[in-house]
Amino acid sequence: MSDLTILHLYPKEMNLYGDHGNILALKRRAEWRGYQVKVIEHHLGDTIPKHVDIVFGGGGQDSGQSKIEQDLRNNAAHIKELIDQGTPGLVVCGLYQLFGEYFQTNDQQKIQGIGALRCHTIAGPTRLIGNIVISSPEFGEIVGYENHSGLTQLAKDSRPFGTVVQGAGNNGTDLTEGILYKNFIGTYLHGPILPKNPRVADFLILKALQRKDPSIKRLKALNDNVELHAHSVAANRPR
Amino acid sequence: MEKLSIALGKIVQSATRLRGGGGSALPGLVVERSNPDFLKNTLSKLKHGLIVVSGTNGKTTTTKVVSELLAKQGLRVFTNKTGSNFVRGVISEILANIKLNGKFDYDIAVLELDEAHAVKFCEVCPIDYALILNVQRDQLDRFGEIDHTAALLQKVADHARRAVVLNREDPRVRKIKSQHVYYFGLSDQLIQAFPSDDNLLDANQRHASKLSAHCVLESLDGQTAQYKINRHSYQCQLSLKGIYNAYNAAAALALCRVVMPELAPAKLVADLADINSAFGRGESFQINGSEVELLLVKNPSAFQLSLNSFVDRKHDYMIAINDNVADGRDVSWLWNVDFSKLQHVEVVSGIRATDMALRLKYDTCSVDTVEEDLARALKVFAHSSDKPKRIFATYTAMLEIRKIISGKSIL
Repeated sequence: MSDLTILHLYPKEMNLYGDHGNILALKRRAEWRGYQVKVIEHHLGDTIPKHVDIVFGGGGQDSGQSKIEQDLRNNAAHIKELIDQGTPGLVVCGLYQLFGEYFQTNDQQKIQGIGALRCHTIAGPTRLIGNIVISSPEFGEIVGYENHSGLTQLAKDSRPFGTVVQGAGNNGTDLTEGILYKNFIGTYLHGPILPKNPRVADFLILKALQRKDPSIKRLKALNDNVELHAHSVAANRPR
Repeated sequence: MEKLSIALGKIVQSATRLRGGGGSALPGLVVERSNPDFLKNTLSKLKHGLIVVSGTNGKTTTTKVVSELLAKQGLRVFTNKTGSNFVRGVISEILANIKLNGKFDYDIAVLELDEAHAVKFCEVCPIDYALILNVQRDQLDRFGEIDHTAALLQKVADHARRAVVLNREDPRVRKIKSQHVYYFGLSDQLIQAFPSDDNLLDANQRHASKLSAHCVLESLDGQTAQYKINRHSYQCQLSLKGIYNAYNAAAALALCRVVMPELAPAKLVADLADINSAFGRGESFQINGSEVELLLVKNPSAFQLSLNSFVDRKHDYMIAINDNVADGRDVSWLWNVDFSKLQHVEVVSGIRATDMALRLKYDTCSVDTVEEDLARALKVFAHSSDKPKRIFATYTAMLEIRKIISGKSIL
């Protein structure tokens, strides 16, 4: 039996910005510490297993998003339950939006999200594109690349994933970026986010392991020189 | 009016050249302003018409192959040089080749235009043929989604008055509609080597499209390519390197057959033999006594194809990744490429060398040297071993490498 089961939502439809790299980062960083990892790809029509340890979903094109909406709604209750129970996970860009309450398109149509995260998104006039740096009390500096036109508003009592240092973030106005709810992260950062921000990757791995064995206090340290070097180069690139 | 603007444009052209600037856009701008119909008037008079080659990958090489194939059939071919693939650039290119009396001595024009520029071009100048190669993710920070790119190419096809030639194996290109459509394709055996944009990391079995094709690349064994035309197979010993260039040649063959239906396929295929790929698309040079091939990788599908075609144990490898605007600022795409086949890379370089090193680490591929500075990296690479070498480079990294090598500063 594997030590960690990662659920990868819609790898075919939602794979626009190298999101495969996030799965690879989780898998390798757990394996390098001696844990066995199994990745379950969830495709349209599949059943999501009852127990998964980490949930991941990426961003896609509009056409990809419309293909998965129904399937996502079919699985909404189960996914919400996983997140409410504290299952760690990460959704990026398109799935971040659909995990929220709704997405309002340019022609005022409301596409219902699954409401797992307390936020909503309204289509914006321009695309917010470029390198982005944010900071967070838990994770320190986080680097990535954003490319979205939706403007996301957090509900009053929701916590952002980080505060924008350079770039646009959720909506380009309130300096929030993403959302952190229990152990679950929604964000616009791709790049992909986890390889260059190993602390975020390790947070997801540690939380997943701790839910199975609360006696685990910390993860074995890895040599992250390459990760941190790439991080600092990215942090200093122009927008 | 016509002659006046030609004279004016030529004066500006010599003036900008005297000042030492390559300045390909300014003379075009002057003519565009003084005579908005210049492009249309010049290019619509050509006896065999005007061809536009567009798509994400392979435009430059395919345009070169089409131009040279047609020239070998005795046509006088006008084509645009790389870097002038926008309306003003094409005008400047015409200015350099048109006589003062307005005489433009060509039978056919073959223009390479990227997706967005192709649409703009078609709006000011009627085109006769469109050859559409593929739609793959490339600089999403510039073009937006690939479905949007496909829509741009449909517009180009809408403007083609005589025919469009399409890649039947690309799901988005195949869907393009037009009155007169011809296809080029691959055999079932070869299609496995070509990741489509939807299955870059997906190993599922793919099948060739059943649409009837004007030319099919049936097999490639070393440099021997076999093309199927009209149920007959024709072999050719190619100079072009890599399976994707052999396929670009199939696109060129299909197009040439559409433009000149009277040509004998056997001669056309034979004429491919000594045609070479375009600059940076597999060109070779020497450093420190060993042969180096320089391969442009500008998006995940091109990179994957290059790795599939060009990775073996007989070579040393260097990868150079820049993130200048012309390369695309976003380097996420490196994670859509599977590098596990490489196993070992001697040198990674370029502005985002560390991103590349990180990417390789997660495919458990070892790296000897990470050196952002390209000149220093090339120096290290030159002394890596006696093996022949291959460099995969993004666009601006490729230009820089070429400059360093032609300046011989590392020898």
